[in-house]
Amino acid sequence: MKERTLGRGVAVVGAGMSRFGAFAGKTTRDLLAEAYRDMIASVDRGFDPDEIDGVYIGNFSSELFEGQGHTAPIMADWLGLGHRPATRVENACASGGTALRDAVLGIASGIYDVVLVGGIEKMSDLAIERVTDALATAGDELFEIPSGFTFPAFYATMATAYFARYGTGPDALRAVAVKNHDNGALNPKAHFGMRICDVMESKKAAALKKGKPVPQWAGVDDFLNDERANPMIAWPLRLFDCSPVSDGAACVLLVREDLARAYTDTPIHIIGTGQASDGPLHGRADITTVTSARLAARDAFALAKVTPGDISLAEVHDCFTIAEIIATEDIGFFEPGKGCTAALEGVTALHGAKPVNTSGGLKSKGHPVGASGVAQAVEIWKQLRGEAGTRSVGPNARLGLTHNVGGTGQTSVVHIFERR
Amino acid sequence: MTDLSISTATYAEKIHAHTLAGSRSGEGRTIYVPPRPIDPQYVNDPMELVELSGRGRLVSFSVVPVASSEMIAAGYGRENPHCVGVVKLDEGPSISAQIIGVDTKNPASIAIGMPMHAEFIERTVGEAKRTVLAFTPA
Repeated sequence: MKERTLGRGVAVVGAGMSRFGAFAGKTTRDLLAEAYRDMIASVDRGFDPDEIDGVYIGNFSSELFEGQGHTAPIMADWLGLGHRPATRVENACASGGTALRDAVLGIASGIYDVVLVGGIEKMSDLAIERVTDALATAGDELFEIPSGFTFPAFYATMATAYFARYGTGPDALRAVAVKNHDNGALNPKAHFGMRICDVMESKKAAALKKGKPVPQWAGVDDFLNDERANPMIAWPLRLFDCSPVSDGAACVLLVREDLARAYTDTPIHIIGTGQASDGPLHGRADITTVTSARLAARDAFALAKVTPGDISLAEVHDCFTIAEIIATEDIGFFEPGKGCTAALEGVTALHGAKPVNTSGGLKSKGHPVGASGVAQAVEIWKQLRGEAGTRSVGPNARLGLTHNVGGTGQTSVVHIFERR
Repeated sequence: MTDLSISTATYAEKIHAHTLAGSRSGEGRTIYVPPRPIDPQYVNDPMELVELSGRGRLVSFSVVPVASSEMIAAGYGRENPHCVGVVKLDEGPSISAQIIGVDTKNPASIAIGMPMHAEFIERTVGEAKRTVLAFTPA
């Protein structure tokens, strides 16, 4: 492989996000304005919006979700950045990560010094069948969707293959869901920031209040195995294996590395970026791994000149619990088939050896698809700067990784961040 | 040289005629399903359509209680979940399809590696009629 380097170094000097959730009456513009204000407040020495040279916006499908196209200039104008070149980036659920990468390349190219990256999605206005249909457009509408595939069904098909290959089962999926909800409960911006045991207790309390029979679940496992409490969405994936339908936005401010200290004493450098593509799920030799993610990670690690063993923590694309397990293998944290064991043994827990999705991940924090890839960078920024509050992994974290996937892996984008 | 007679419509047109088609750029070379107009390995060679046996094995699958609008309109959903899967054809390539003739109330009874053969389902989608590829245990 040809050795590559960034033409100029790039650093993050600000990062923020809106609350994630279901917000009737709010549009992507409102959500991005909220994220932008949060980002502005995070720039230690402040900044003048006049310094922004360009804007990249990750957005999957505002056309289908809110009837709005041409979103980048509309967003830039709403933030008061009217004449800046503004470009929308669409790579399904990897739109945000791809927007981040394009911004990095824009600075590395020498054209831009200061770039705003936004990620947006407003999903909760549509009925659930329409959301299912809209998300399905990230698959192949000609050759996959007519078979009856939904997005949960794609990942369920990967899970079925993974279980058969490695002789494992849904217990590891439940461990991922429990962990990410534990982490999300520590994140005030999370959509479902509630531990699953607390969800269970709240359902018992609600039944009691209504004078209905109180369900007698023996524990969280029993609750998650109950078809009524946790219905099947696409076998073997149940409701708590799926990320929610969310509204939200996130922002990061990138600058040319040698300008970073004008904004903050603690910039977070982007030292690796990788992106790769693939065809539909049925076209792949192995569906227990996401090849594009492996390739994106390989390229990001090569650029960063670090190895998976060096990484302190990662935000990975857990749109479904199985996706997190496969992701932790694809980014090189664990051998193929060992991601399950790692999840079950707590290796990926907040204070495990390899914390994964300390933000709560897509699973608990929420998954406004175009925003997710940018929000992952927001979490790594907070963690590496020691600003993650009660969910901090500790002061020694120096390298963080984000892994953002579009569709079933038709796109994967990996970034590596460093605190120096 | 690209064979422009192969388009994105070719696959569905062949399914409508109850045949499963792929394409290749020459005898013994990789067969692509759905048929591609360009062989990624031999971009200058013309493609030819090949008719496939419709026999294969189940690579993986899911059973889907929360269906798309189109599948709900076709009578599927929570009470009548459908099965979808990936089938590896005897000729080499794999394809997405509905899986029929399996017990969707008991997904554990469906086995990866099961021999399958192609079936063609006539489905009404709104005003239009569409022929859909499915596989059933052989």
